[in-house]
Amino acid sequence: MADSYEKVAGQSLWGDAWKRLKRNKLAVASMCFLGILIVAVLVGPSIIYWTTGFTYDLTPAEKEMVRSFPPSLQHPMGTDDQGRDMLARVLQGGRISLMVGIISTFVSLIVGVSYGAIAGYLGGKIDNVMMRIVDVIYAIPYILIVIVLLSVFGGPNTPHWIQWLSTTVGGAGNQGLSQLFLLFFALGLVSWLTMARVVRGQILSLKNQEFVMAARATGVGTFGIVFRHLIPNALGPVVVYATLTVPSVMLTEAFLSFLGLGVQAPYASWGSLADIGIKNLAIFPWQLVFPGVTMALTLFSLNFLGDGIRDALDPQTRKF
Amino acid sequence: MLRFILRRLLIIIPMALLVVTLTWGLIRLAPGNFYSGEKKLPAAVEAAIRKKYGLDEPWYKQYGMMMANVVRGDFGDSLKYPGQSVNEIIRRHLPYSATIGILAYFLALFVGMLAGTYAALKQNSVFDFGPMALAMLGLSIPNFVIAPVLVILFAFWLYVFPPARWGGASSLVLPVVTLAAVYAAYIARLTRAGMLEVLRSDFVRTARAKGLDDRTVLFRHAFRGGILPVVSFTGPALAALLAGTVVVEKVFALPGLGDIFIKAVLNRDEPLVLGIVAFLSILIMVFNLIVDVSYGFLDPRIRYE
Repeated sequence: MADSYEKVAGQSLWGDAWKRLKRNKLAVASMCFLGILIVAVLVGPSIIYWTTGFTYDLTPAEKEMVRSFPPSLQHPMGTDDQGRDMLARVLQGGRISLMVGIISTFVSLIVGVSYGAIAGYLGGKIDNVMMRIVDVIYAIPYILIVIVLLSVFGGPNTPHWIQWLSTTVGGAGNQGLSQLFLLFFALGLVSWLTMARVVRGQILSLKNQEFVMAARATGVGTFGIVFRHLIPNALGPVVVYATLTVPSVMLTEAFLSFLGLGVQAPYASWGSLADIGIKNLAIFPWQLVFPGVTMALTLFSLNFLGDGIRDALDPQTRKF
Repeated sequence: MLRFILRRLLIIIPMALLVVTLTWGLIRLAPGNFYSGEKKLPAAVEAAIRKKYGLDEPWYKQYGMMMANVVRGDFGDSLKYPGQSVNEIIRRHLPYSATIGILAYFLALFVGMLAGTYAALKQNSVFDFGPMALAMLGLSIPNFVIAPVLVILFAFWLYVFPPARWGGASSLVLPVVTLAAVYAAYIARLTRAGMLEVLRSDFVRTARAKGLDDRTVLFRHAFRGGILPVVSFTGPALAALLAGTVVVEKVFALPGLGDIFIKAVLNRDEPLVLGIVAFLSILIMVFNLIVDVSYGFLDPRIRYE
């Protein structure tokens, strides 16, 4: 008789949030757009190369082709000053821009979460000092920090693990790529401050609850309590803030590229493409329009997705 | 309250000195210096310059000399513009940044709070989704894309406003609008969230139950609490706006502080960088203090010991 009852499956926090997220049309549309974009960015450049032979840095051999053409069937987004296919460049730039967003956010996540959690859990004087340090770093313009990081660790001084990373990803002897990775880490290292504050606030409210006391009573050490018990419970706001960090890091990178400090040639990001496009805006508007619109749409989707995840994870908003 | 303000004001001084110290350390950490980028100087000339700026002393002596001057509010002369003191340069360029910054601040506050409040009152209607989608768009388009598009539209096609440079009220419109766009978008979102929270709270329900009309409930009761998140955002935002934003100054060719700062960093103009960073950090901390104090007036539940 027992199996005639309807089975009641437990609903986890994340499963519940996922259900609510799926009801949010804007968030779903954003996810679809981002999914398509990621696929396009990953396979697009290869497809373009196989079908037409264009790549992001292929300058046509004929002299009369080396100039900016408006969009056509052959070049859906036109070409740039060097006659290079803009579609291939925008897709290639998307790889870099998305990589900036993901890797830098990951770095800021690791630094910010550990820092905030340790400060919040230890409390007292240590917390006070650690948070004042955050305040002080806040007051230093991040541009200065990025420039110094890039010049201290740039060129021959690049840390070995960054060189190792770029060699594993892109093959040996690629100086440009390791500088690119350096930029990702530099951006991550200036964007962890708010994350640290968010996490600390969470930990402060969690650390006096019974489950922490229970863990301590069973002999779990400080490290174990912070990383096994406290951080997993503070993950909601962290996820929300991380999704909103991705677009903000991408904007920062675009801003640095606009100042000529970000991604260097031969690599291009949406920011550096837009920078070139702005200079030629009055004559070749397509050079700004396509990278600009692609970037704006991506950031738009990321922001909406971040909002959607926040609404889905925050039970308060269920009332609406 | 007075003690709280005094204590916070006193903390600002050591904090600013700490910021200056860290910045100095950062600049010194980077290989090379102001002279290394220029063409190779004869050894004798370089030695003379190093002596003049005290670069031949050990680092702790240099730090001590720098700090001794900074404490007296003297940052020395700029390296890039010899004979001009850092304080002079800041004083000369600040008015440009401050003018467009303050105008943009009030424009963003007005537009953002209006749109945010309206969206909260008409939640889940077209008047909510429309402005909020627009605000999201404002957050997603980099301002170095907004600025040239506005220039093309209003300066080159419609001939309404001049495309760049300083001169007359009409030249302020495009930079101010560009600068305000992002902040207005932020403020609209914060106001909406804050107002939604407050409109559901008990004291608003009580006010309604007393029979007050919607207008009084909104402006006398809900608004003060609803804009709290905005207040905490506007402190740092105003400081950033006053200091100028590099992009707008670059695109519109304005001689503001942000542009000077970036150039100083790229030129390794150490006194100028230190001066601007110190000025900025004090500005940020003072505005944060003002924000914290105004909290107490806006929300009677917050008390400072």
